[in-house]
Amino acid sequence: MLYALVASLGDLQLAEDVLQYAVETALVYWNRHGLPRSPASWLLQVARRKAIDRFRRDTHFRRLVPDITYLTELERSDDGPETVEEIPDKRLELIFTCCHPALDDKSRIALTLRTLGGLTSEEIARCFLDRPGTMAQRLVRAKQKIALAGIAYEVPSGERLNERLPVVLAVLYLIFNEGYSATSGKEAIRRELSDEAIRLARMTAYLLPAEPEVNGLLALMLLHDSRRATRQLGDRTLVPLEAQNRSAWSRPRIDAAVALLKSTLRQQRVGPYQLQAAISALHAEARHWEDTDWRQIAALYDLLYSSQPTPVVRVNQAVAISHADSPVAALNVIDTLADIPKIESYQPYHAARADILSRAGRRAEARESYDRAIDMAGNEAERHLLITRRDEL
Amino acid sequence: MQYLCLIYHAEDVGPQPGGPDFPAFMQAYQTFTQEVVEKDMLVSGNALQPVATATTVSRETGKVEITDGPFAETKEQLGGYYLLECKDLDEALVYAAKIASAEHGRIEVRPVVVWDD
Repeated sequence: MLYALVASLGDLQLAEDVLQYAVETALVYWNRHGLPRSPASWLLQVARRKAIDRFRRDTHFRRLVPDITYLTELERSDDGPETVEEIPDKRLELIFTCCHPALDDKSRIALTLRTLGGLTSEEIARCFLDRPGTMAQRLVRAKQKIALAGIAYEVPSGERLNERLPVVLAVLYLIFNEGYSATSGKEAIRRELSDEAIRLARMTAYLLPAEPEVNGLLALMLLHDSRRATRQLGDRTLVPLEAQNRSAWSRPRIDAAVALLKSTLRQQRVGPYQLQAAISALHAEARHWEDTDWRQIAALYDLLYSSQPTPVVRVNQAVAISHADSPVAALNVIDTLADIPKIESYQPYHAARADILSRAGRRAEARESYDRAIDMAGNEAERHLLITRRDEL
Repeated sequence: MQYLCLIYHAEDVGPQPGGPDFPAFMQAYQTFTQEVVEKDMLVSGNALQPVATATTVSRETGKVEITDGPFAETKEQLGGYYLLECKDLDEALVYAAKIASAEHGRIEVRPVVVWDD
């Protein structure tokens, strides 16, 4: 309902306010007079009337005349009972607005969670360790920017969709990761975030069936999530893929993801999320760590690197090569990163290099790399794991 | 809505007057201006003299103080602007990105306040 209101009002804050008002009115009115024939249309009507009211009182009255005319027309055409099915689905427009590149990263995430995920600003604040007041302010500022800067509520078309969709997907993936591998926060809240990201990806996939990358992301999230129960021991130890109890991986999630991925790959428009999901699926399908199809994984990383030439992908590619081929071959690959500025402060580089060096039998260098990786570890669990490995050298 | 596209760049970066790439650069500006004129989007637009010609005044201390130089001593300086009439921010961003100086500088896009009298 909120989406329908935003669509006709063009103002997220106003839509939220008038809907809130309509719900409050309904609580009193329905209590006294019973449920109306169509509660949804009743709420929409009250909300729209309130909006007209607000517009009339607004000092910007004259500028808004076209808006009022439109609303009054809507109001007049409102003769039959409107059912929920008839309310236009504006969720896709809304998600593109919330994830507009003209908003900063954190605001995109917060706004998406607040508007489409239905989390309260207190809940969102807790997820991101913000004070509730700070988060509320961030949301207000973001909504103000949308209104004042004239960010449209629309799905970008043609070439622009190709630019904007990755931003939406990145926001959803960030939300998921915040819930999946957060360095802090209670498990229950994190669980909620991951579920929310999966739900939003599913919704986006449903609304944008022609874009295979959305399903690629959805499959990737499901695959990560299938390992959720096994990736951490207690709240301290991060269990590497190698040592995870594969029988505790969620089969239904894996099966759903693999089926989804197969039908998506058939569209033959492969992108980075589909590739990452394919890699993750190969891990999921190996009964034991030893059965992992490293050759295919290395080949997929090769493809991924050609579209995303980032150190992250390079590091993972080297790890795959170390298993598919040899640790020495992997060293040649990972050492191509040595010249990149700032690589010294990139922790996964040192962690992966330490592992590869130790398997290549270069223990002194491995120890050195472990020391660096430990110094820079992002959380206690990871630090603990790396210390154990170093001490096993 | 109207959007002000503020063109910022370092004056010693990019094509310089008299340089081999300068005519093409000017041509790109002309093409852009023509496009926004034809589409009835141009409200106004101007190039500014180099920042060395800037003078800043203030009455913050109660009397008029005049200083040589721009308001902020940054590497990238305001070099010109376009005021465009656009449907929404997305359209404004598309056109801002077409401005020739976007290739070696940055365009800040600001919506203009509409006053009610």
